[in-house]
Amino acid sequence: MKSTVKAALAAAVSLCAVTAAQADTVKVAFIDPLSGAMASSGEPAYQSFVLAAEHINANGGVNGDEIEVVGYDNKVSPKESLVQLQKAIDNGARYIVQGNGSSVAAAIIDAVNKHNQRNPGEEVLFFNYAAVTPDFTNDACSFWHFRFDAHADMKMNGITDWVAKRDDIKKVYLIGQDYVFGEAVAAAAESQLSEKRPDIEIVGNELHPLAKVKDFTPYVQKIISSGADAVITGNWGQDMVLLVKAAADAGQEIPYLTFYGGSNGAVAALGEGAVDTLYQVSELAANMEDVSPEQNALVEEYKERFPDYDYYYHRAFVTMDMFKAAAEKAGSNDPIDVAYALEGLSVPGGYGEATMRAEDHQIQQPLYITTVAHDVTYPVDNTDLGWRLVDGGVISAESAMEPTTCEMERPE
Amino acid sequence: METLVFALLNGVIYGLLLFMLSSGLTLIFSMMGVLNFAHASFYMLGAYLAFTIMEGTSFWIALFLAPVLVGLVGMVVERYGLRRVHAQGHVAELLFTFGLAYLIDELVKIFWGRTAVNYRVPELLDFPLFTLYGAQYPAYRIFILFVAAFMLVALWYLLKKTRAGLIIQAALTHPNMVGSLGHNVPLIFMTVFGVGCALAGLAGVIGGNYFVTDPAMAVQMGPIVFVVVVVGGLGSLEGAFVAAMLIGLLQTSAISINASLADIFGFLGLGPHTEVGEITIASMAPMLPFLMLVLILMIRPRGLMGDREI
Repeated sequence: MKSTVKAALAAAVSLCAVTAAQADTVKVAFIDPLSGAMASSGEPAYQSFVLAAEHINANGGVNGDEIEVVGYDNKVSPKESLVQLQKAIDNGARYIVQGNGSSVAAAIIDAVNKHNQRNPGEEVLFFNYAAVTPDFTNDACSFWHFRFDAHADMKMNGITDWVAKRDDIKKVYLIGQDYVFGEAVAAAAESQLSEKRPDIEIVGNELHPLAKVKDFTPYVQKIISSGADAVITGNWGQDMVLLVKAAADAGQEIPYLTFYGGSNGAVAALGEGAVDTLYQVSELAANMEDVSPEQNALVEEYKERFPDYDYYYHRAFVTMDMFKAAAEKAGSNDPIDVAYALEGLSVPGGYGEATMRAEDHQIQQPLYITTVAHDVTYPVDNTDLGWRLVDGGVISAESAMEPTTCEMERPE
Repeated sequence: METLVFALLNGVIYGLLLFMLSSGLTLIFSMMGVLNFAHASFYMLGAYLAFTIMEGTSFWIALFLAPVLVGLVGMVVERYGLRRVHAQGHVAELLFTFGLAYLIDELVKIFWGRTAVNYRVPELLDFPLFTLYGAQYPAYRIFILFVAAFMLVALWYLLKKTRAGLIIQAALTHPNMVGSLGHNVPLIFMTVFGVGCALAGLAGVIGGNYFVTDPAMAVQMGPIVFVVVVVGGLGSLEGAFVAAMLIGLLQTSAISINASLADIFGFLGLGPHTEVGEITIASMAPMLPFLMLVLILMIRPRGLMGDREI
């Protein structure tokens, strides 16, 4: 009798063990600022990934495995990121997600390359959802790195095309954050403007310290005295919000053409002053017509779950969708299989089809130029203002496409 | 000309805010003999308390209540914390304030979250006061100027013109003698610590919505305040004032300068396209206070107006 019980127990235990082994978890490490000045960028992105993972898990997971997104706070420091990366890998994460700060992304790409070279069979993949220095999918491209956001040159093309059509813009001021990304944005703006509108004068090219400036008033006063008709900036996070806040305080009413005007709090800081002055080029156009009801439901669900933030990191959902699609196409959750399956893969996306270009691992998708307006379906920052598509603001994936110099080395 | 006017205006306001922070620190330094590492944390506490009070009531109540609350917290810290640690000597005091800074940081993160709170300028002051060379100047900035100037005069009057100030000054330099004359020196110390913290809290109340109220504000403000106190001369209020103004003006005017190092040192053969020559004065602005600190310590270790060596 006793032995039967024991045997039954043992069988039960082993059964449990087997089922546990079958439903593995795929650990995704999210390494980005979750505290400090830039946490207002990191936190909503983290929540986007968590929500995306929940959706995938509710629909059967990835090849039957559940996704678990774990946050690691890197304080936007490349050094701290490497510590967190090692911690994540030690905890069993094979997929790394990061986006805030190209300086950080560069360090992670380098570390992932080395890790994969030294640890065959334990490769990790890096999904970059927002670090947009063009180099990462050009000269510095890596098989282990995938970028799910349009890079700086692509976004700048959208902005400079818009500027080229506006004859009233004669003087442009460039302001950005003083690191590799800010320099890339300024360089792209300079070269593209001189090509598309040689008559435009660049009256200022300023780089300020990243996440350190608390009062942009002196910068804004410099912009005003330069007589600029428009400002182009790649600023993100707090640097974006404080810049436009200072501009609003000074009563400045010239267009601010931005990559990240949708940074949490920027519209609230500007208030009415944001209407038709704050522009953003991104993959998101929440108030566009002909958006599928599923996508709109997602926007609403996000707002309901995280009332402090708005649906902004669309690319987080695209990243996870593509990951799921690739893993299921490959029939495996192994990073190398997933990486090969990602190459050339297309997913519908909420705002137009997104394709992962095989030659450089740079996503190709339509971009949208939006500006702040009243009477929108999905307002932001708990105001009654939201992002509306400007006339001719749709940049098709083909016209957003940029050539690449990448010479990818693929593992056997 | 317009650059100069703007740099002056912004620099004076920033300088006054810095002085409000460092005046408390320098008073406390005269008393304890060590720098209070937690001082900038009281600044942060002031901003956060004001934010919470403002949500429930109004900014004007916050303006008075928040500094008082911060001052009370400071008094409790002095009475039950620092005074006991004091017996163990300076190192223990230093470590105590160091730990306290971290403690306040973490508490703020627990209570108010890790991201910035939406602490806004009161609506009554949220309008452009005047237009200067095409740029509007927000009324709130001028309000800061007035609050800071009022505080400056009040502090000067209290310390230099009243009997209480006389006793405080005496207690700071000769505590034993003042004690022998029948004054309650520990009480004086507690009050000074409380007032010092309240001043930092006041700076937080009016600076928190001028800048940003987030958990990083203490860490970012802390080093600059130390620079002000050390450059001004440890324990010297006048010195702190001069240093705060100097740093405020230096930092804001550096941003407005369009020159690069090559433009200035070109005569030495520094080319405009070399690594060093390309550096602009504006990008050096955050570094300038620390450059000043190093220079002062090398040339005049007592600080501008200090009367004792570090």
